[in-house]
Amino acid sequence: MTEVDEATRLTTQPAPVQQPRRGDPFGPLRLGWRQLTSMRTALLLLFLLALAAVPGGFLPQSKINPIRVSEYVRDHGALGRLMQRVGLFDVFTSVWFSAIYLLLFVSLVGCLVPRTRLHLRALRSRPPKVPKTLKRLPVSDGWTTERPVDAVLDDARGALRGWRVERRGSELSAEKGYLRETGNLVFHVSLVLLLIGVALNAFYGFKGTVLVTEGKGFSNTLAFYDNVQPGRRFNPASLVPFTVGLKSFHATYADDGKALTFDADIDWSRAGGATKPYDLQVNHPLVINGAKTYLIGHGYAPHIVFRDVDGTIIDDSPVPCLPQDAQFLSTCVIKEASTKGKQFGFRGVFTPTTVTDASRRVGSSFPGLRLPALTLVGFTGDLGVDGGTPQSVYSLDTTSMKAVDGGQAHALRPGQTWKLPGGGSLTYVDTRQWATFQVTQDPSRRVMLIAAIGIVGGLLLSLFVRRRRVWVRAGDSQDGPTTVEVGGLSRTDPERFASEFADLVSSMRGEQRA
Amino acid sequence: MPDKGLGQLGDGLLLCAVVVYALAMLGYAAEQASSGARRRVTSVRAASSVLVGSGPPVTVPAETVTVQAPSRAGRAAFVLTCAGWIVHLTSIVLRGFAAHRVPWGNMYEFSSAAAFVAVTAFLGMVVRGRIDRALGAFVMLPVVLYLGLASSLLYTAAGPLVPALNSYWIKIHVAAAILASGSFLLSGVVALLYLLRSRFDVRPTARFPVSLGRQLPTAAALDRMSYTIIAFAFPVWTFAIIAGAIWAESAWGRYWGWDPKETWSFITWVLYAGYLHARATAGWKGRKAAWVAVAAAGALVVDYYVVNIFVVGLHSYA
Ligand code: HEM
Repeated sequence: MTEVDEATRLTTQPAPVQQPRRGDPFGPLRLGWRQLTSMRTALLLLFLLALAAVPGGFLPQSKINPIRVSEYVRDHGALGRLMQRVGLFDVFTSVWFSAIYLLLFVSLVGCLVPRTRLHLRALRSRPPKVPKTLKRLPVSDGWTTERPVDAVLDDARGALRGWRVERRGSELSAEKGYLRETGNLVFHVSLVLLLIGVALNAFYGFKGTVLVTEGKGFSNTLAFYDNVQPGRRFNPASLVPFTVGLKSFHATYADDGKALTFDADIDWSRAGGATKPYDLQVNHPLVINGAKTYLIGHGYAPHIVFRDVDGTIIDDSPVPCLPQDAQFLSTCVIKEASTKGKQFGFRGVFTPTTVTDASRRVGSSFPGLRLPALTLVGFTGDLGVDGGTPQSVYSLDTTSMKAVDGGQAHALRPGQTWKLPGGGSLTYVDTRQWATFQVTQDPSRRVMLIAAIGIVGGLLLSLFVRRRRVWVRAGDSQDGPTTVEVGGLSRTDPERFASEFADLVSSMRGEQRA
Repeated sequence: MPDKGLGQLGDGLLLCAVVVYALAMLGYAAEQASSGARRRVTSVRAASSVLVGSGPPVTVPAETVTVQAPSRAGRAAFVLTCAGWIVHLTSIVLRGFAAHRVPWGNMYEFSSAAAFVAVTAFLGMVVRGRIDRALGAFVMLPVVLYLGLASSLLYTAAGPLVPALNSYWIKIHVAAAILASGSFLLSGVVALLYLLRSRFDVRPTARFPVSLGRQLPTAAALDRMSYTIIAFAFPVWTFAIIAGAIWAESAWGRYWGWDPKETWSFITWVLYAGYLHARATAGWKGRKAAWVAVAAAGALVVDYYVVNIFVVGLHSYA
């Protein structure tokens, strides 16, 4: 590099990829590494990353909406199956997506290490020597004065307050704006930190969800959860011990059915500790020793009583029904396996505000409890629950059952009883509600916070701090006047730098006149 | 309870603003047409104008600028834009009072606010001499379309928020998202104009729409404008995404779940990061970088319209 080049390179961006020396046994490897860590590759990988994320933005993803994925696959036949095989419904865990971002981060680290070294060196070193020809710089100026060289340079130093200034003989070099590159490095390092945070959570984090009916509760132990997503290295012993009980759940709605508020009135306690009340709301999770409990869903659980042929009560419990639409039409399944005779199963819908259309289909017209009804079809025979294959409580297998009353639906209002043919009865007593809770233990929170601050702060520095250099040369002619030459360089915002430079020059000259 | 009358007044004022903006657009267009037809003064502005002293000639690349005859239509258009801006601001404020909350709770309000940011940024840059008034027609066109779409297709009467949106993070996250997307939209327009102008520079005899390039600022100036806007908007967008993640953590129990909205915000973010790298890499400056800026603005529009309307996700509240 020539001298001017060296001085005017205002960046620690790695130099372009160079051919390795001949005869270097690691030549090809070295070249590959340099290619990977070059800016051009980073750019390419960034575009690839954006492109690879696109299917994830259009197609249903099985992590979020498995039902729509299976519908999509079913509707698209062979194409759908092919898409599934190449991971288009699991974009963000797919091999190709992971490969792109891992390569990008390898490239990033490979880029950061030399840049950090260069920057540390630049922070410690003195501003570079004055280039031979200041006139070739983007901005320059010159004048002559009667004042001696030392005085001229002192004036210049005075004008350059806040800059890092270095005098070499009758020349001054000044530089400012080192924070730009510092910010840039902080930003990129924070991106790596962010990835580390994601990995921490993927390995040691925990997420579990549980459905709780009013009057019941759960403990933060694996056995209680309906659904758990533990990290790959998650140790169940690290679950924070606490219990939560749901006293009651309240939702309020506007007249058009839009939800206004959700409150879960809960009691909670640490293992062996005192019980405390808490009003759990959507944006206000309960935090216990780093474990966060969220309210993530709710629904209705009609309370039913089932009497056997001889009139003994064999079931007296709320049945959680799963909401299907915004007006909380919900599907319910009831199974009565411990009867003396044949087993019973019921399938139907719960509607909080019941309406019946012309073709006698029931629906709900409002999510709140205004006119609740439980509409059921009954089956009798073998529920198939003893066969050993686990069954969901939300689905009913009627292959070895026979419809009751020829499959006719019975609508029950609270307090009403369906007397079953051949004995036994089902009573819909009243309506309770349920809420789903999610408990999250995320060990990466602090790392993520630091990374987020570093990302935003680093970006602001790297985009708004301007790095620039100014050089002054005072010509030391023996007896004539002193000639002064000034030149400057800035990578960004040349217009602002030009006016800053003009101010500097007038301040250097103004002081000398005083 | 929401105040119906106030809300309707706000909606009416928004329509007024759209009409005034449309008139302003016509004014800018008339200015363009007349200045193109009558006199085009081409002068050379040397950077020495900003230097003092009697130094050696300056080596900043001189720029060719088109000095436009100040036209009555153009001035009127600018005044109209300012008037429309005030009406627009009033309509947004009334919305807030009508609904008793920040006026950016659904897509209708979000569109209005983002367009407001774009107009504000444009006016501010004109006043500070950072953007050419001549771009008015090109800025007002998308603003008018955007607002027209908002008041017809996306219209929502003033009302309260669903519980998940009821958090102070909505103020922070959505305000930042609006600020950034309004600016990005403006930069997208400028990047398109850059493409037009640089094409015109290569083929000055080409027909419409390349011939529009004649009236535009220089390619270098357009490039700088679009960079300036993106450099401002990118950190804001980054912050908006981070604030969104924090909010998602408190509302849904996770920072990030690749919900379609999150995915498209991510794509937009990566593309703008690509733009900033492109500008720093030799061989990618100029037209290629401008195409990246246009693609990124396109991803933003997808994020906004396509995702909110057609893709089912947690964000489809509007
Ligand atoms: C995770 C991927 C990456 C993202 C999201 C990213 C993002 C960014 C952003 C937003 C900027 C703009 C800041 C500025 O203009 O000063 C930037 C600048 C920069 N990035 Fe990256 N980056 C990534 C990877 C890389 C890699 C792998 C390299 C190395 C090859 C790299 C080298 C640079 C350099 C040298 C600059 C400063 C450009 C200049 O102004 O000279 N980045 N990056």
